[in-house]
Amino acid sequence: MEFIENHLLTFILFTPTVAALVLLFIPGKYIKAFRWGALAASLIPFVLTLIAWAQFNPDPNPAAPFQFVEQSAWYAAINASYHLGIDGISLPMVLLTTLLTPLALLASFSIKERIKPYMILFLLLETGMLGVFMALDLILFFVFWEIGLVPMYFLIAQWGGSNRNYAALKFVLYTMGGSLGLLLAIQLMGVSVGSFDLITLTEKWPTLQSLAVPIGIPIETVKNIAFWAFVIAFAIKVPVWPFHTWLPDAHTEAPTAGSMILAGVMLKLGAYGFLRLVLPLFPAEAQRFAWVLAALAVAAIIFGALGALAQNDFKRLVAYSSINHMGFVVLAVAAAAATWNTTAANTLLDKNLALSGAVLQMFNHGLSAAGMFFLVGVIYERSHTRNLNEMGGLYAILPVYGTVLIFTAMASLGLPGLGGFVSEFLVVRGVWPIFTVAAALSMIGLFFTGAYILKALKLVLHGPLNTRWEGHLTDINLRELVVMAPLMVLMLLIGVWPAWLLDMINQAVAFLF
Amino acid sequence: MISETLVWLIPLPPLLAFFLIVVFTNRNKALSHWLALIAAGLSWAISMVIFGRAVRTEGLAEHPFAHAIDWLPTGTTSLKIGIQIDPLSAVVLFFVAITVLMIFIYSTGYHNYGQPAGQHDRKGLPPEGAEVKDAKGKLVKVPSIEPMYSRFFALISLFAFAMFLLVVTDNLLTLYVGWEIMGLCSYLLIGFWYAKESARKAMIKAFLTTRVGDVFMLLGLAALYALTGTLNYQEILGNPAVLEQLAGTLSPVFSLSWAALIGLLIFIGTVGKSAQFPLHIWLPDAMEGPTPVSAMIHAATMVSAGVYLVIRFFPLLSAGWEPGGTLTTPMLVMGIIGSFTAIFAATIAVAQNDIKRVLAFSTISQLGYMIAALGVGAYAAAAFHLVTHAFFKALLFLGSGSIIHGMEHGIFHTGEHIDPQNMLNMGGLRKKMPITFWTFLIGGLALSGFPLITAGFWSKDEILSGAFKGGQMGVFITLALAALLTAFYTARQITLTFLGKPRSKAAEHAQESKWTMTAPLAILSVFAIGAGWAGIPADFPGLGGLLPNWFEEFVGSMLHFEHVESVHSLVPLITSLVVALGGLALGWVVYKGLQKPVDPLEKSLGGLHTVLKNKYYIDEFYQAAFIRPALWLADVFTYKFLDQTIIDGVLHGIARFGVWLGNGLRNIIDLPVVNGAGDNAARGTRGLGLYLRSRQSGRIQQYMVIAISLLVLAGLVIYFTVGLG
Repeated sequence: MEFIENHLLTFILFTPTVAALVLLFIPGKYIKAFRWGALAASLIPFVLTLIAWAQFNPDPNPAAPFQFVEQSAWYAAINASYHLGIDGISLPMVLLTTLLTPLALLASFSIKERIKPYMILFLLLETGMLGVFMALDLILFFVFWEIGLVPMYFLIAQWGGSNRNYAALKFVLYTMGGSLGLLLAIQLMGVSVGSFDLITLTEKWPTLQSLAVPIGIPIETVKNIAFWAFVIAFAIKVPVWPFHTWLPDAHTEAPTAGSMILAGVMLKLGAYGFLRLVLPLFPAEAQRFAWVLAALAVAAIIFGALGALAQNDFKRLVAYSSINHMGFVVLAVAAAAATWNTTAANTLLDKNLALSGAVLQMFNHGLSAAGMFFLVGVIYERSHTRNLNEMGGLYAILPVYGTVLIFTAMASLGLPGLGGFVSEFLVVRGVWPIFTVAAALSMIGLFFTGAYILKALKLVLHGPLNTRWEGHLTDINLRELVVMAPLMVLMLLIGVWPAWLLDMINQAVAFLF
Repeated sequence: MISETLVWLIPLPPLLAFFLIVVFTNRNKALSHWLALIAAGLSWAISMVIFGRAVRTEGLAEHPFAHAIDWLPTGTTSLKIGIQIDPLSAVVLFFVAITVLMIFIYSTGYHNYGQPAGQHDRKGLPPEGAEVKDAKGKLVKVPSIEPMYSRFFALISLFAFAMFLLVVTDNLLTLYVGWEIMGLCSYLLIGFWYAKESARKAMIKAFLTTRVGDVFMLLGLAALYALTGTLNYQEILGNPAVLEQLAGTLSPVFSLSWAALIGLLIFIGTVGKSAQFPLHIWLPDAMEGPTPVSAMIHAATMVSAGVYLVIRFFPLLSAGWEPGGTLTTPMLVMGIIGSFTAIFAATIAVAQNDIKRVLAFSTISQLGYMIAALGVGAYAAAAFHLVTHAFFKALLFLGSGSIIHGMEHGIFHTGEHIDPQNMLNMGGLRKKMPITFWTFLIGGLALSGFPLITAGFWSKDEILSGAFKGGQMGVFITLALAALLTAFYTARQITLTFLGKPRSKAAEHAQESKWTMTAPLAILSVFAIGAGWAGIPADFPGLGGLLPNWFEEFVGSMLHFEHVESVHSLVPLITSLVVALGGLALGWVVYKGLQKPVDPLEKSLGGLHTVLKNKYYIDEFYQAAFIRPALWLADVFTYKFLDQTIIDGVLHGIARFGVWLGNGLRNIIDLPVVNGAGDNAARGTRGLGLYLRSRQSGRIQQYMVIAISLLVLAGLVIYFTVGLG
């Protein structure tokens, strides 16, 4: 037991991998073993995360900013080590991942084909995502960053919709294209500083005056290039406008659970990269280019919402909504970047609020986007259509589903009383004094958020019943309700009493930035 | 229990009822409505206790009942939320609690509790009636119970919760929470019969139109919070230093002060919620919901919340203004928009034939009065009109629902195919529905400001005299004209509905509604009269001073102005008398003898009547000017052009370039050089093999020759290379 407690993060991180390896040796015909085995295995990291949560001290200690730290030699030759640790920003993300994975696996019980590779890939995916949130070494970070891509590629390409090959290829090439620059920049930084350790790099890189290897380019230019390499890699993942067009394709074609994880967790990897790497490693560059980020974030908020409004495919509409919602995270990051070295108490508070809102928005969007994609999947499995114009009036025959859908859609819309409002309010409030115009323009996006959410509800639930469905659709079943229940409870809980989560985030953000 | 604890409890029962009905009791109609009724009753009882205590507390404005807790961790501190009952929230709580309870009771009757389920009724559509056998075994049609009865009570409970939350809270953030939850409830309730195409349109229109206001309001919230570090009423509105600072610093927009800018942003929220021009368009369509919902929206909750917000924030809106001085920008804007809306909506109401639609436009118009009152600085008058209006408008809406029910009864009886809401089909209902008639009459007279006995007279008179004394003659004249129109269309409505002879068979066979519907009408009509006596001005000829002007003193204590003794004038009083009585008389004269279901004004006003009937074509204008372009922007510009053509075009271009490059490399390097080398090596080997195979003839002699030749060759090679070394 003590061993587990001393290596809690490792256990959280690798339980899914171990489980995947075990499943590898079970014959494929035992379908139930894969379903329940994968689900049970994914619950272990969740329980361990809860233990970590209980033991976590939300008040950061300046001497040891990360908790549950584990460090051991890995690639000694290049000074890369196996270094894990979490703080008040990463712990909510770890919780989000370990919570959404079991729910996504439960949602995958309706998968009928090639269950064995599906479940194995899904578990490997979890390890990849968790690693990104825990890694404190850039090489380790990059390894996990890339590992997550592979299972997701196969999940989309093997179990996806009709246009899955295009979508999977676009997804994997686009993300890997972004990663190339990231890898080069990481190597450059590691070689220059002599370490890939995030803590060491954060201390030395921003103040570095000359490169270890003279390449004849001014250090400022090198830093700028490295900054943009990081930004583009993460901007593709978030995604920030105009790097977003892979998302509607990938999210729409992925199987339901894949979309839940894509929107729920994978987009946060990019946002997390901004918070964990870009801001601490490139404060000066980030400040210089903050306005660019703010402009792109506003574009994402507005065009994401408008793009969603244009859709007639239910899943594509939900996919576009992610661009809109994640725009608020980037907007907050931009505001924090713009006020990097401020000492004024007012501005510190503004920045603090914006970033707390950003992290909370990541969590909230994880809940609501996963919920929305799942609900799209529920209706798709029954009707085999995602075309909104073919639905209509379904509330009359699916009353429970309709209520759950309205609830989740309202969380996505940012209705006060549910989680999304708190985070969006914090972001808008924090950004307002820093980028006033951007905050004002983001309201256009907020308005159209209402428009596309109501469009979806109108076409699915309301209006005259499309008689084609009468007697053919069954209401949401118990398993599906079990998937939705934790999400809905958390949405409500964060909306009514955000302090339980926000306190941790707030202290971490106040300490870091 | 101490008052603070009680105030926390006020919003909770309806919330609890909502959750219980949704999760547990939605299959049991009786249990569901009892839960809702008990919850509304509890909230009402606590509210009355609190109101009683508030009235008896000295200096409540300076020392309200207040309590707050930490809610949102922000940096090193926390944003607090809490409750606060001061004179303003006390009077609002008073009317909200009563009207909500009355609407809840009325709803059981309105939705035909106790009636059989209709054979053809479906979820999402209004009940069409059930066929049952009467005592003689004859098949008759009777009203049937609402198929979504439980859902209705769940939703109005949530609605009531949101309003209570909004009223008892002590800060703008939780007010916004209640505000938006009400938005959701109105959306769901306007679209309660969601299978109707018109309801589906109306619900979205209501939500999105009010959301336009809400996003501006959210900016105001962010700005206010950023500048003052708090959203608490007392800390901002009760603190002259903060107000002075806000009024004294310039914002970056149009060289307005921050107070003015934030005030305007918040006011835009009200324009949406309280259906002021130009965001008024959703309210008339909100009629698509069941009638109790209309009463909720028009009286107890939604639109009242908007006016409550600006009354609450009047100290900010008027920061820098003193009675008699120059108006601040927000006040000026409120004066203009309020008085314009008042007369604009009144003109439309004149040409409407749907009984509920007339009332809807009258609400817009009356809300304009309140906004205009604030614009001229008549603070207490605005609050007073808010209270009296809530009572008589709730009464009128519930009354109209009773009328429609009576007409539907007649339609069931006769089998006629007519619109039960069209007033031109009514007439003579006075005898058939006496309780509804008398109560509706009281409500109508209150709305038109019938002198002395009705509440509406006193509050409207206060506003008119406020505008007059404030020297705002434009506002005064506009509002007076609007009052004339109000009296006119009210007389028209009452005459068309209740007086004269029935103009349809259904109207002949209309029937009085049951007690669950008429009892709330009776109770509300008491308030539609009595509520006015709380605010009789001290300088009113004859009556002034008989009763103390309690309302003005109580609510007026919220402002820290010195009481200004103004010039006493009879002009506003005479004006209100003339317009109220004149309008009523005119309406009665024009419509009293109507025989056919045709409006005589249609002929005499001609084209103007068509314009009014079509609400100045504003919906059509918005459709063309905003909605279509927005959809075009979304679909054609953002999605098809930006995303699919430009961005994906670039991506596909890069991809094609990659493929082209790959193919090129393949054709230039891979195929001739790399593959070529490999292929030739293979071909050479193969050729050699073939050649060698041809040598393998199987003849020993041939092998011997080759072996010996090679041996000699090898011997020579060794001899010449190694051996000679």
